[in-house]
Amino acid sequence: MALIKILNASMGYEGKTILSDLSLSINAGDYVCIVGENGSGKTTLMKCLLGLMSIQGGEISFGDGLMQNEIGYLPQQTILQKDFPASVSEVVLSGCLNKKHTLFYSKEQKADAAKNMELTGILPLRKKCFRELSGGQKQRVLLARALCATHKLLILDEPVTGLDPKASADMYSLIKQLNKSGITIIMVSHDITAAVNNASKILHLSRNSYFYGTAHQYLHSDVGRKFMITDCPCDDCRHNHRGGAQQ
Amino acid sequence: MEMLIEMFSYNFIIRAFVVGLLVSLCAALLGVTLVLKRYSMIGDGLSHVGFGALAVAASLNLAPLEVAVPVIVVAAFLLLRLSESSKINGDAAIAIISSTSLAIGVVCVSISGVNTDLNSYLFGSILATTTADAIMCALLALAVIIIFVIFYNKIFAVTFDESFSRATGLKTGVYNTVIALLTALTIVIGMRIMGTLLISALIIFPALSSMRVCKKFKSVILCSGVLSVCCFFVGMCASYLLDTPTGASVVIVNAIVFVIFWIIEAVRTRTGKL
Repeated sequence: MALIKILNASMGYEGKTILSDLSLSINAGDYVCIVGENGSGKTTLMKCLLGLMSIQGGEISFGDGLMQNEIGYLPQQTILQKDFPASVSEVVLSGCLNKKHTLFYSKEQKADAAKNMELTGILPLRKKCFRELSGGQKQRVLLARALCATHKLLILDEPVTGLDPKASADMYSLIKQLNKSGITIIMVSHDITAAVNNASKILHLSRNSYFYGTAHQYLHSDVGRKFMITDCPCDDCRHNHRGGAQQ
Repeated sequence: MEMLIEMFSYNFIIRAFVVGLLVSLCAALLGVTLVLKRYSMIGDGLSHVGFGALAVAASLNLAPLEVAVPVIVVAAFLLLRLSESSKINGDAAIAIISSTSLAIGVVCVSISGVNTDLNSYLFGSILATTTADAIMCALLALAVIIIFVIFYNKIFAVTFDESFSRATGLKTGVYNTVIALLTALTIVIGMRIMGTLLISALIIFPALSSMRVCKKFKSVILCSGVLSVCCFFVGMCASYLLDTPTGASVVIVNAIVFVIFWIIEAVRTRTGKL
């Protein structure tokens, strides 16, 4: 059974439809990258999956016992958070609120938060102030918070925006590692090269159509060829291109 | 010292003190959230609405608090909704609502020719607090503090990242409503002492001051509560000793503290960088 099943869904906002007739299913353990131009509906689709927006038609259903409030979400950082006085552990703990509705954080919730801080490598920073961290560290904190909210599915909204190359590479390997531990990843990204290198499946949204398939299929599709700046690294393609150049 | 002892021998001053301390505490707790959510001006807008409501109540010979509480609560919901919707500019909406209600209030007062001095509404007056007022204020303030403590973790989550909270199933609408309600109540009870024009200072100053030096949300909240209570105490004593208006004195003490904390922060970052 698929973790997420989208059937003939149409989505949009303020009366406008941006995505229509979208049907696809995402299985547990997948690493899906959503790519596409600005305004193609990446964010809209993400918000609909998160339940922040309602779909206009069709159906989105969850399988494998996934509940709407069990999705870990790594949003883009807001301007508001730039000068927000909060310690790292306060931020991470706030991800635990979807589990139990007690007045204060329980021991298990605190242990869970510590485990996730360890996993993302920010445990030594737990008493630091969030606003004083580097961009990469902030993303790790927010990722740890997202992990507190889920064991099954992470939705990441452009997780490497504003990060330097080293921090981006670290972030990607961390996400990959999480995926290998069994967490399904859905990532909205502009970084098409990294998407193809890391993800198992690519969802390419464009105005009136979409492509959904494995990264390899994507590289060999028309839309993928147009969108990719670099050529496909697989042996077949390299030979073809060389052949093309010689002619 | 003798002056202080003499000061506390007056019943009306003790009443004002109790109410004032509770209000300062409430305002400081909520202030942190409001400032961080960029809702500082909502407090200001609500206090103007409160002035309008009080003026209307006075000219119709109705009990002021009973009229003001529901009106301000409704206005709080309205203002929050307006700032959430992207169609209308939030701060423009606040400006419109606050000046309109101020105008209504002034017109009401002048038509009905109520004897009450406009000044006591605008700048607050200790003498305005009756025992019944004091009891009601104290109860409201206690309610605000208790609700704030109960929802503390959720208020943090909603303040820090609303869309994450909503995505993970927190009912952010409910908590925003709770924040609006608490703000409305704090403003109503604070208005009598601090006055319409000065109550928003009580909300904003302690939060801003403690954000200069504190790095954790919890310590910001605690620091701002303590600061606010201390500033009120000092301001009130000063106003008695120097015979200055209470609300204004408290605001000036808050402003001085803010400048001091600002300097501390500047010195810290300077030495930190060296």
